[in-house]
Amino acid sequence: MTALARANPPLTIGILILGCVLTFAVLAPLVAPYGVAEQNILDRLQRPGAKHLLGTDQYGRDLLTRTLFGGRTALLLGLGAVALGLLLGVPIGLASGYAGGRTDEVIMRVVDAFLSFPALLLALMIVTALGASTMHALLAIGLANAPGIARIVRSQTLAVKHEEFVLAARAQGDAHPYIMFGEILPNLLPPIVIEATIRVGFAILASASLSFLGLGVQPPTADWGLMIREARQHIFLSPWPLLCPGLALALTIVGFNLFGDGVRDRLAGRA
Amino acid sequence: MASYVVRRVLSIALVLVLISLIVFVAIHVLPGSAATLILGEYATPESLRVLEREMGLDRPFAVQYAAWMGGVVTGDWGYSLAMKQPVTAIVGLRLRNSALLAGFALLAVVLIAIPLGTLAALRRGRWLDLAILTGSYIGISVPEFVTGMVLILVLAGPSLHLFPTGDYAPLAAGLRTWLSHLVLPAMTLTLVLLAHVVRQTRSGLVEVLQSAYVRTARLKGATERRVVVRHALRNGLLPAVTVIALDLGYLMGGIVVVEEVFAYPGMGRLILYAIQNRDVPLLQVSILIVAATYTFANFAADLAYAWLDPRIRYR
Repeated sequence: MTALARANPPLTIGILILGCVLTFAVLAPLVAPYGVAEQNILDRLQRPGAKHLLGTDQYGRDLLTRTLFGGRTALLLGLGAVALGLLLGVPIGLASGYAGGRTDEVIMRVVDAFLSFPALLLALMIVTALGASTMHALLAIGLANAPGIARIVRSQTLAVKHEEFVLAARAQGDAHPYIMFGEILPNLLPPIVIEATIRVGFAILASASLSFLGLGVQPPTADWGLMIREARQHIFLSPWPLLCPGLALALTIVGFNLFGDGVRDRLAGRA
Repeated sequence: MASYVVRRVLSIALVLVLISLIVFVAIHVLPGSAATLILGEYATPESLRVLEREMGLDRPFAVQYAAWMGGVVTGDWGYSLAMKQPVTAIVGLRLRNSALLAGFALLAVVLIAIPLGTLAALRRGRWLDLAILTGSYIGISVPEFVTGMVLILVLAGPSLHLFPTGDYAPLAAGLRTWLSHLVLPAMTLTLVLLAHVVRQTRSGLVEVLQSAYVRTARLKGATERRVVVRHALRNGLLPAVTVIALDLGYLMGGIVVVEEVFAYPGMGRLILYAIQNRDVPLLQVSILIVAATYTFANFAADLAYAWLDPRIRYR
């Protein structure tokens, strides 16, 4: 670990932060001192103290508990949305780059059109059409991620498709789907992994933004963006309902960004 | 350069048509037609059919799209259902407000980020560089609604109360009042964008400073100032131009959130209002305007890039 720490500080710090976030998210039901939705109307907007380590929100719910549970929602949405984006974007990019010619031209123009929407706006549009909920937020952010992933995968495919092993596979008459997924895709994994790790942080940010706008996770689920939305009216009475989820959100995104940069340095160094 | 511009204009026209299609399809064809959106999920099938007929929703898709697009092009942007006004009358002021906010933020970003990134590149590996890099990392990672609310908490709270917590004042209310309402939202957007541009300026410049021609300039005996300003920055800033353009898209997503935090009446809040009130005509046009603005901004950035770096035009 110390050798890694010296060689790649971003990766090390990223792993440490994400390790903590993941542990707390997984163990939330065991370590949380109160129930997620447990209200205590007499203890509204308490400062941090012995009874509530991080204080309480406007319904007297324990902020430590809700911040811990919020991590579960954030990770679910971030990882789920990127997985969905990969599921859609990788085959599209692969097919477009591999087919080339007119097919490639048409697919890429459509991808360009989707990319000319600011990502949050695209997600907003999808959520509007489907209605606000956790799953729809996941779907919207996943879809909003797909065109960007398709573009990256396509350009990587173009770089690989004239290599000799691809020509050999074609010469021996392998089926196109096998060449795409069996021969080309494994060679694209490093750039895809880099792209995916960097996108998770942004997906968490986007899902928190949707929840903050009231268009993502709905109450009473614990979610950092939603907690901050609910904290708005009371920030001058008590800053803790804003600061706890805000800090957790920032730390998690820093963790993913450091991890992503670290992975990129490591994989790029190898290639 | 002329043929490059023509080619780009054509591809932009195509992208704009596709964008309008996406906006139209997303809001019309996905589950829940516009009529359901207006009447709510518990509407009777008869009332839905009547409204669909009234709105022309029973016509074929291509006819509906052509009618809408024809209206958009000729300046008939439809009628806002929630505000009971023509969309044209509503959009103008909001667009101006948002442009003002984005303009202030971008100006601040360019004025602060480029010197800061240059400084970090020149002090590479020293503590100043590390401090700037760390700061920019945090800037990228903190969502704008957190930054914005922390700024409200600190600068607009009862104890300091340097700025109002939100809303907007017309210029007629006096220059000071007008500006004081703009400071916090613009500052929030600036802090987020700053991080991106600083990092890009730094890495672009670091690369150029190691190049052979910079060494030649140094060996020639040019002063450090001349080497940096005349030789290195010209090439080193190219990536920063692209990032500023990419950030425009981020800016337009961010502006929705920031306008909501500060209750600032711009395009972002208008879009949220349209969503909350199921105002389909208003929503379509607002989103179309924002997406088109983004496309044109990217076009402008491409032109700037091609003008700065002649190699691009001939590709």
